[in-house]
Amino acid sequence: MTRLDYLANEVGATPLALTDWLFGLLDWLLTDAYGAGMDWIAWTFGVRTLSYPYMQRAYLAVICIGIVGPLVGTFLVHREMAMIGDTLAHTAFAGVAVGLFANSVLSLSVHPLATAMVVAVGTALLVELLVEYADAHSDTSLAIVLTGGFAVGSVLITATDGGISVGIDAYLFGSLATVSKASVGLLLAMTALVAGLVGAAYRPLLYATFDETAARAARIDVPFYNRLLVVLTAAVVVSAMQILGVILVAAMLVVPVAAAARVARTFKQSLLLAVLAGEFAGVVGVTVSYRYGLAAGGSIVLTGIALYAVVLAVDAFGAKEWVPGRESAGRNPESAVEESDAAVED
Amino acid sequence: MTGATARDRPDGTPPVVGVENVTFGFGSEPVVEDVSLTVEPGAFLGVVGPNGSGKSTLLELLLGLRAPDEGTVRLFGEPAASFDDGERVAYVAQNVAGAVRDMPVTVREAVRMGRYPRRLVGRFSDADRRAVASALDRVGIANLADRQVGRLSGGQRQRVFIARALAAEADLLALDEPTVGVDARSREAFYAMLADLNDEGLTVVLVEHDIGVVTTHASEIACLNRELHFHGDSAEFVETDALGSAYGPNQHVLHHDHEP
Repeated sequence: MTRLDYLANEVGATPLALTDWLFGLLDWLLTDAYGAGMDWIAWTFGVRTLSYPYMQRAYLAVICIGIVGPLVGTFLVHREMAMIGDTLAHTAFAGVAVGLFANSVLSLSVHPLATAMVVAVGTALLVELLVEYADAHSDTSLAIVLTGGFAVGSVLITATDGGISVGIDAYLFGSLATVSKASVGLLLAMTALVAGLVGAAYRPLLYATFDETAARAARIDVPFYNRLLVVLTAAVVVSAMQILGVILVAAMLVVPVAAAARVARTFKQSLLLAVLAGEFAGVVGVTVSYRYGLAAGGSIVLTGIALYAVVLAVDAFGAKEWVPGRESAGRNPESAVEESDAAVED
Repeated sequence: MTGATARDRPDGTPPVVGVENVTFGFGSEPVVEDVSLTVEPGAFLGVVGPNGSGKSTLLELLLGLRAPDEGTVRLFGEPAASFDDGERVAYVAQNVAGAVRDMPVTVREAVRMGRYPRRLVGRFSDADRRAVASALDRVGIANLADRQVGRLSGGQRQRVFIARALAAEADLLALDEPTVGVDARSREAFYAMLADLNDEGLTVVLVEHDIGVVTTHASEIACLNRELHFHGDSAEFVETDALGSAYGPNQHVLHHDHEP
């Protein structure tokens, strides 16, 4: 368990225990470097939106989410574990409620995202242990954990005088206005961490996703990489929750991946395309959300789904023109296969 | 080349697989009971038995994917559970066809996985690349290298998984009913290729419900129905009543004729 403890600490504690020096660096990065850069872009191109600090933070946040969401989501979707993102988001909501509750009852000042992170990572490991030892990787058990987590959250929120229900909407549906410097910092750190770990564990994760039994026969520690994947998922979901909201955050793990899988030719390409789709959905979604005063999470998710729909349509009607070399493969794999089968036999 | 060492092993070195008095059950009823068998380097062992006879479970036990309730399993002389020389063992599952349908993984990417046990991180070496290229050539799918595995026919897909095993330069190839959903012609070609690879020194353990295939291609047969009813030479197997005792009466062995 030591590797895992280390990992859990990495994911859970480090970003929240940023030292003053790191805060200073972050401050400089966000204000002087990134902020000034965005100001310059805003001034040069006459886009006033980009000169508002909270919009600058919002854009940076969705750029980060657009990277990490599809990155872990690609492995989840192809293992048919997409539900786990949703489950962890809803239990993270319970974590937020625990934080708010503890703050109001015990007059602490714990950031709700910290408790959300602890609860989500804990749930992730618990779910994975259930899978390993009880073989309970069923929709039913995930649905119980999902609704159970949400129920705990709703009960805790109403258990106090109602004072803490203020601001809960922001967690449920996401908001651009509440994205603080600290939460962008958390996202930046998370992005570096998740991208680094997925990069380092790319091969075992891919092998376990593609053919789990063969990976185990080849002595790849599949349970360890499964735990890694769910812990990373928990971390991503919690850090993206503020923008997208608990209810919609899992979409960023699924929608861009689904779109990418339709057009990608290799697995590496599907990762890259999923990230690009995530960026597109995030940036367009935030812009639309600001412009028309709509919910950020919903705007981002709908943009992503629109992109998926376009990809589906192109795949169905225009495969020949759009993707050279894949003619007929998209629509009629059998006939394409038979031809080359014959060629191979020669 | 680890492939060569298995062939040239002098007498007295450990067998590829050593199973001793192994019993395993998911509940209180054993699925595999008191089974003992050894697989020598270069053998082609066919494991046959009726549905639910514990064939697949036995295969998982001897690869160390499951721990026996009683008895011991050794892989290349080491306890199977703690054996960690991943590149020496390759596994081809029964229903890979269904699982990979929607995943955008190319044939080359899948075959490269054979090298992962040797190189879990870091750049592939020239040797890695050569092994992948020659494995693709060997099973005749080099022209499909950039196609997605999920879009291939069943027969082609099985070759991909064999190529992955070859790229690993594995010493032991374990297959669990690998031709389910594969047409008859491709199936014959597939088993002929397995026999060729075995002639070149690869140890093969094949779980198969089609007894004819096994009696034609395997050099030895293990007939299982919870307990081991027979383990020995294929030719001998046809003469004994092991089949009858494992399957019950009214079973006939079908000898497939195929071109030399």
